[in-house]
Amino acid sequence: MKFDSKEFIKGLIKENPTFVLALGLCPTLAVSTALTNGLGMGIAATFVLIGSNIFISLIKNIVPDKIRIPCYIVVIATFVTITELFMKAYSPALNRALGIYVPLIVVNCIVLGRAEAYASKSSVSNSIMDALGMGLGFTLALLLISGIREILGLGTFFGYKIIKSYEPMFIFALPSGALLVIGLLMGFLNLLKNKKT
Amino acid sequence: MNKLTVSYSPHLHTNQSCAKIMWSVFASLLPAGIAAIFIFGAAALWVILLGVISALVTEGLLQYFNKKKITLSDGSAALTGLLLSYNLPANSPWWLVVIGSFFSVFIGKQIFGGLGQNIFNPALVGRVFLMTCWPKYMTNFMKPLDAGINFFKSFNYDAVTAATPLMMAKEGKAVIDISYWDLFLGKHGGCLGEVCILALLAGALFLLLKKYISWHIPIIYIATVGVFSWIFGSKGLFSGDFLFSILSGGLILGAFFMATDYVTSPLTRKGQAIFAAGCGILTVVIRLWGGYPEGVSYAILMMNAATPIIDRYTKNRIFGR
Repeated sequence: MKFDSKEFIKGLIKENPTFVLALGLCPTLAVSTALTNGLGMGIAATFVLIGSNIFISLIKNIVPDKIRIPCYIVVIATFVTITELFMKAYSPALNRALGIYVPLIVVNCIVLGRAEAYASKSSVSNSIMDALGMGLGFTLALLLISGIREILGLGTFFGYKIIKSYEPMFIFALPSGALLVIGLLMGFLNLLKNKKT
Repeated sequence: MNKLTVSYSPHLHTNQSCAKIMWSVFASLLPAGIAAIFIFGAAALWVILLGVISALVTEGLLQYFNKKKITLSDGSAALTGLLLSYNLPANSPWWLVVIGSFFSVFIGKQIFGGLGQNIFNPALVGRVFLMTCWPKYMTNFMKPLDAGINFFKSFNYDAVTAATPLMMAKEGKAVIDISYWDLFLGKHGGCLGEVCILALLAGALFLLLKKYISWHIPIIYIATVGVFSWIFGSKGLFSGDFLFSILSGGLILGAFFMATDYVTSPLTRKGQAIFAAGCGILTVVIRLWGGYPEGVSYAILMMNAATPIIDRYTKNRIFGR
C-alpha cells in the first residue's frame, strides 16, 4: 500500500471541511461552546471518518449504484454506535455534554460527503489518508472555534479561569456567537488566501 | 478627443451632500443629548463623548489599515457612535461603550464595505450585541438625578425607580404612577437618548422641515404601535393605553432617527409604508408577548433584513410601459 501525504495535507487548510467546504456546520455550531466538547467531538468524528472511509473504499465495487447511500449510512451508523457506546462507558460526562450530537454524527455531512465524494472512488490507503486529514482538519477547526468561544464567552480555558475580573461576553456562549465566530474566521482565511495569490 | 463628458438630462444641481445630511441628523439629535445631561448628569455626557470618539477612532483605524480613503468628515461614523450612546444607560461602564462602538462600526458597517453597503443599522447592531453580551449592564438603568441643576429641582423624581416604565408594565404592575407629561419630558429611567420625547421631537421636526426624512416611516410606525397597543390591551380588547406605549421606550428615537436610515430602509413610499407597519407590528409583538420589555431595536433590525425583498416588490412603474 502506498500512502500519499498530499491526501492528508489537503484536509488541514486547503480543503478544510469547516472553513472551506463548509461541511458539518450543524455540530460545529452546537458543540463548540467549550474546548473539551470541541476536542471530544473532533476525535469522535475522526474515528467514524476513518472507519467508514476504509470500509466504503473496500466495498465500493460490490455496492450497486442505486442503493449506495443506504449502504454507506449502515456502515457509518455501525461506527457511530461503537463510538457512542465507547463514550458512554469511558467518558459519561463528555457524552452528556455532547448529547444528541454524538448519534447525529451518522448524518454529519463531512462523513457522508467524504464517503460519497472520495472513498467510493479511491483506494483504501488514500481513503485512510483523506479521512485522517479531514478528521484532523475538522478537529483543528473545532478547537479554534471553541477556544475563541470559551475564552470570550465563559472566560475560561479548558475549564480554568484566566482573568478574575473578566465579564464574560454571553453572546459567544450562544449559537449566534458561534455563527459570528465561524463567519469572521472564514472571512479572515479568505483574506489570507487572496493576499497570497 | 472627447474630454467633456455630458451625461443624460435632466441636469439638476442640488446643494446636498451625504456629509451635509449626516451632520444635520447629528445636530438634530443634540437636543436629546443635552436633555439627557440635564436628566442624568455628567455621566450621560461621558457616555456620549466616549461613544462618538471611539466610533470615529474605529472607523479611522479600519480605513487606514485597509488602505482606503479615510472618510471621517462625512459624519456617518460620528452619527453611529452618537446613536449607539443614546441606546445605552447613562451609567454604562466605559468599556461597554467602547466595545459597542467598535462592534457597530466594524461588524455593523465596515465589514460590509463601508457607508451605503451595510444591511443593518450599525448603531442597532452594536446595541443588540451589547444586549446579548451583558444584559446585566444594559438593563440596569440609572434613576434621574434628584437635584441636578436648579431648573429641574422643582420636579419630584422620587416616584420613579430605576426600572423603565415598559419594564414595570412587563412585570405586570397594575398601576404605573407616571403621568404622560413626565414620560414626555423624560423624568423616568431608560436609555439616555430615548427618555426626553420633547427634545427628540424638536430634532425630528427640524429634519422633517428640511426634508431630510419623509413623514412616512416615523408616522406609520408610531401609528401602528399605537393602534396595536390599543387593540391588545392588558384589560381586554380595545382597552390598551396607546399614549403610554408611544411615549415610553425607544419608539420615538427609533422611529424618527433609526428606522429612517437611508441605507437600510426601502426606497419607494409604498415600500416605506410596508416597512414601517412591519416595524410597528413586530415592536408590539415583542413588547407584549416577547421576552424583552422593549422591542424597537429588534423590530427595526428584522425589517432591515426584509428591506431588499420589500424593495423588489414595490418598484415604481417605469413611465411609458
